[in-house]
Amino acid sequence: MAILVIAEHDGKQLKPGVTNTVAAAAKMGGDITVLVAGHQCSSAAQAAAKVAGVKKVLLCDAPHYTGGVAENVAALVLSVAEQYTHIVAPATGFGKNFMPRVAALLDAQQISDISAVEAPDTFVRPIYAGNVLATVQSSDRIKVITVRATAFDAAGEGGSAAPVENLAPAPDAGLAQFKGQELSKSERPELTAARIIVSGGRGMGSAENFKILEALADKLGAAVGASRAAVDSGFVPNDYQVGQTGKIVAPELYIAVGISGAIQHLAGMKDSKVIVAINKDSEAPIFAVANYWLVEDLFKAVPEFTAEL
Amino acid sequence: MKVLVTVKRVIDPYVKVRVKSDGSGVETANVKMTMNPFCEIAVEQAIRMKEAGIVSEIVAVSIGAQQCQETLRTALAMGADRGILVETGAEMQPLAVAKVLKAIVAKEQPKLVIVGKQAIDDDSNQTGQMLAALLGWPQAAFASGIAINGESADVTREIDGGLEKLTVKLPAVVTADLRLNEPRYVTLPNIMKAKKKPLEVVKPDALGVDVAPRLKTLKVQEPPQRGAGVKVADVKELVAKLKNEARVI
Repeated sequence: MAILVIAEHDGKQLKPGVTNTVAAAAKMGGDITVLVAGHQCSSAAQAAAKVAGVKKVLLCDAPHYTGGVAENVAALVLSVAEQYTHIVAPATGFGKNFMPRVAALLDAQQISDISAVEAPDTFVRPIYAGNVLATVQSSDRIKVITVRATAFDAAGEGGSAAPVENLAPAPDAGLAQFKGQELSKSERPELTAARIIVSGGRGMGSAENFKILEALADKLGAAVGASRAAVDSGFVPNDYQVGQTGKIVAPELYIAVGISGAIQHLAGMKDSKVIVAINKDSEAPIFAVANYWLVEDLFKAVPEFTAEL
Repeated sequence: MKVLVTVKRVIDPYVKVRVKSDGSGVETANVKMTMNPFCEIAVEQAIRMKEAGIVSEIVAVSIGAQQCQETLRTALAMGADRGILVETGAEMQPLAVAKVLKAIVAKEQPKLVIVGKQAIDDDSNQTGQMLAALLGWPQAAFASGIAINGESADVTREIDGGLEKLTVKLPAVVTADLRLNEPRYVTLPNIMKAKKKPLEVVKPDALGVDVAPRLKTLKVQEPPQRGAGVKVADVKELVAKLKNEARVI
């Protein structure tokens, strides 16, 4: 067996979910090759070579891989796919975008968002917003898999760096053109990589009021998240959203403030190690998943919390 | 230009899902069903483009049991022009769905296909991308904005750190994300009108498509429940617990 992991990176570094994806691949058994495709991304390839369990890194550097354009990345993966039994990527915006293209062109039924590896052909994946776990077995020759990074511990650094080989680019498909990104600028850690997350819901009341959460987050070195209700109300941008339709997170500490706990939000955070809920409604469903819960007005509790630290 | 939209019939997202006692699947008997929320957004987008004079005809497609006709009628009541049901009682996995849609696209020749980014039952998030691949078309997945610009579409996409701008050549497949629009409610007069709109029923065999499932579901189960939590009296106690008991701060 041979496994190809497609790395997500920003040119310099690997994105947080990649080492977890390598750890998931290791459970499938077989030699692991990591593909780093992009433009001017050799530092990311060097980083991939140091991840424990990685046997080889393929580096493909060409301008038409900028922004991870799905048509081009999929064509590149297909050019080497026949050498592997498993093709694996993180189930992030990057992986979800191009992997189904790879699967369809290999005539394989992708297995999305796996949370456990039972056997080389058998995987567990959450369905119905994580309210149900399905164990599925694939009969496809090449298995195409996306990985829920938070379900696997990250692979550490290996003893010696794996060799990095250059891979010739596939032609530019010319179907889609990447025009640029508008990334939210923040000094705080990324949501999916943060050790602590402070999240706000509809109870925050306004964008202005999120400042008290930000103050708490900065004291804790935490990322700031939000429920879909807070995003829909326009308090914060969509990339703050934690939940079934947003990001799936599992930090060591998740502090939910003014969040009632809709199923769709719980789906995104209920695997966090310790959950704290602060809400003035003593009936809020969020309390059912919380390790510690405080019934209090958030506008009193949050500044107090910040002052206590 | 003609647009094809897809609609999936799913368990209502506000209904608590129950696992069958034998672990073979999820209970769907006597459970409230509805149109997948992301499909609603796809239908709404097509209608808005028709209202803006960009789109001439909207064809809605559903795949599944006979009851999917209801879901199609909802799409017609929202404003789609006609419906096609690919009727089957078999389990349809995303690859099979994409193959069926490819056959429909070959017949209908739309210039744009808009699908929901994901169905809230199996949470696969694959069909649109697979369809684009099988057709050899570009894709714009997780769209929060679409502007047609001659023979191409400028799409704003939701990515993990913010937004991305992408230009795709037409024909293309777009998958709808949450913020693309807010779907309208259907009104009674439109529900009545929708009853008169054409709805064609075809079988997968007639399309010459192999729809056999590739994934075998061995079992389904509920995830482990979290233990009962502790109510704290005030912030002081909370901070003390986090420091000394949970040791996370």
